Amino acid sequence: MSQSIAADLTAVGHSQAIDMERVEEAVLKPLVNPAGWRFAAFAWLLAAVFATGLAAWAWQIHKCLGVTGLGVPIFWGTYIINFVWFIGISHAGTLISAILRITDAAWRRPFTRIAETITIASLPFAVTCVIVDLGRPDRLLNVLLYPHMTSPLLWDVCCITAYFITSCLYFYIALIPDFATCRDRLAGKVSGWKEKLYRWGAFGWKGTEAEVRVHRGFMTALSIVLLALVVSVHTNVGFVFGMTSKPGWHTAVIGPYFVIGAAFQGLGALSFFIVLVRRAFHLEWIIPEEGLQQLRKFFLALTCFWGYFTGAELLTTFYGQHTAEMAVFNAKWFGQYSVSFWAMIAGCFFIPFYLLVTGRKNIERNLLWAGFIGNIGMWLERYTIIVPSGSRPFLPWGIGHYALSMVEWAIFAAWVAGFFLVFFLFARVLPMLTIWEIEEA
Amino acid sequence: MPSEKPSKTRKEFIVGAAAAVAAAAAAWAKISPGKKTASSPAKSAPERRGHRWGMVIDLDRCTGCQACGVACSVECNMMLGTPEEASLGRVIRWLKILPETTIRDGRVRQSLKPMLCQQCDDPPCVHVCPVSATFLSPEGIVGQVYARCIGCRYCVNACPYTCKFFNWDEPQWPQDVRMPFNPDVSVRYKGIVEKCLFCHHRLQRAKDKAREENRELREGDYTVACQTVCPTQAIAFGDLNDPKSDVAKLAASPRARRLLEELGAEPKVIYLQEVS
Repeated sequence: MSQSIAADLTAVGHSQAIDMERVEEAVLKPLVNPAGWRFAAFAWLLAAVFATGLAAWAWQIHKCLGVTGLGVPIFWGTYIINFVWFIGISHAGTLISAILRITDAAWRRPFTRIAETITIASLPFAVTCVIVDLGRPDRLLNVLLYPHMTSPLLWDVCCITAYFITSCLYFYIALIPDFATCRDRLAGKVSGWKEKLYRWGAFGWKGTEAEVRVHRGFMTALSIVLLALVVSVHTNVGFVFGMTSKPGWHTAVIGPYFVIGAAFQGLGALSFFIVLVRRAFHLEWIIPEEGLQQLRKFFLALTCFWGYFTGAELLTTFYGQHTAEMAVFNAKWFGQYSVSFWAMIAGCFFIPFYLLVTGRKNIERNLLWAGFIGNIGMWLERYTIIVPSGSRPFLPWGIGHYALSMVEWAIFAAWVAGFFLVFFLFARVLPMLTIWEIEEA
Repeated sequence: MPSEKPSKTRKEFIVGAAAAVAAAAAAWAKISPGKKTASSPAKSAPERRGHRWGMVIDLDRCTGCQACGVACSVECNMMLGTPEEASLGRVIRWLKILPETTIRDGRVRQSLKPMLCQQCDDPPCVHVCPVSATFLSPEGIVGQVYARCIGCRYCVNACPYTCKFFNWDEPQWPQDVRMPFNPDVSVRYKGIVEKCLFCHHRLQRAKDKAREENRELREGDYTVACQTVCPTQAIAFGDLNDPKSDVAKLAASPRARRLLEELGAEPKVIYLQEVS
């Protein structure tokens, strides 16, 4: 294993083998150094956007959902789109770290912590999206008091709860040895609360052989459980739509299609943040280009999968020529929703495909943009799944229109800002690379 | 030849196994009380005991005058609604006229359908509710528990007839409109889903009256608001399980059909229309 990393380093121009002292110093530097005014300004800006969104939500709770652009027959809009979208982002962490840990792919080592941080930072925002969408958020507990198990929404509640808890556990357990490293190396260098956090977080970790054995065993077991959960979560999110008879939603492919879409999107988010962290913290020599090339190939494969599923779904609908289904289909291809539909096809397939195929040379730039555009494309995908189907009901009730209201924009912006804020704050408190995994190599 | 023998036994085995599977399937089909497949509204009636409330709307009689909609709004304390709410489709009317324009042989035809909750026997909205706020009563009325509904609008999305309604805002009534509220019907508020309940408050009244008079519920005891005001008597209402009732007889008409029958929700609102 160390050979491959050494080879990677040689490839990017480093001749000597990896030096753990240097790695630790570089990874822990952002935790010690003061943030600087630019980071502080950015963080405060994000916090302000988030606060505005919270105010908008308070207004919405006071006035009820009339402040949104929703109506009849489009009953679900941005909040549900964002819910599916944030869950998709969260799939970065588990996908990369669980799949790659199980298969023991060496190039994953510098990526796993960033991936898991994305999961932890995005899941709370995904869950709260659903709560924002409720007409009576004050009755949320009814879901636990009077559960009705035939509802796919309740399957979601179960899956996502399990997913969130397991993800947190996974995140924390992977952090224990690194907390210990922080505790040992940063004593006296950081502020009191950070020292306390590292001391408590390390949970008395000494790094003995027995500890390491238990730790690795637990990580593997959790990886396997998480993999199953990751599939179940997004399948169920798809089922929420697929289990109804609504034209455009009622398709057996929707579960797997959502999983692939989420994996694609999660990998996009990961690519984006990897490049960001690599640049911002000058970690080019620990996150070798070879790893980014592997990430690019993996991302490219998922882009192709996305194209394949979309093609299969569209051809099936078109060939069947079912009247109600075709009304939705035509609205997407040629009608009211054609702009978002074709933007989605470009954003989820053609643009990332082009950027990734031609990305061998400009790997950083292309990965960043492919990840970013892929994520916008996936938002549009969720939009073109949820809204056009709503606008074309079975019976001729008239065509629905839906435009986001100011409140919806504010909450949307706030949730995105909140996600970035949590991620950046984590990056200032926790080591963004899994030191023990790099050490292991 | 030795090679023939095993092949024969294999064939016998497959045939035998197939027969056994078929027999088991037949036996299962006989003992399991599972769902009936494609049944006509009239045929499915005798399979259930007790009342099974249903409605028959004769579209060949309906003039589209909307008296039913007005009666429904008054009877069930419907929100008034503003022009802004109307433009967003947010005004709630449990009973609405659905206009349908079709082109056949180059001719444009306009048909009008009074649309209300179809009171499905296998209601898609009930299956998807995460908190059991909507349910199918033993007498076949799809109910809604306002006090439990969390307003997720999943049932509204699942209803293929678009006959469930969400309160997007706090409904507003001027004081003089509040005065003649029907005291038997609860007034709804913001953030919850509501729907046509087949005037179930009238069923309670009818049952109370029958109990007082120490008798069974009779045909005509339980009427619904839209039915009573229809000037052309296009709406019939009653017990589909009672073969002598008007609705049961009308439901057996060759003109009878149900909307989106192919979805299998088994609605109990039946439309009569001559197929030209």
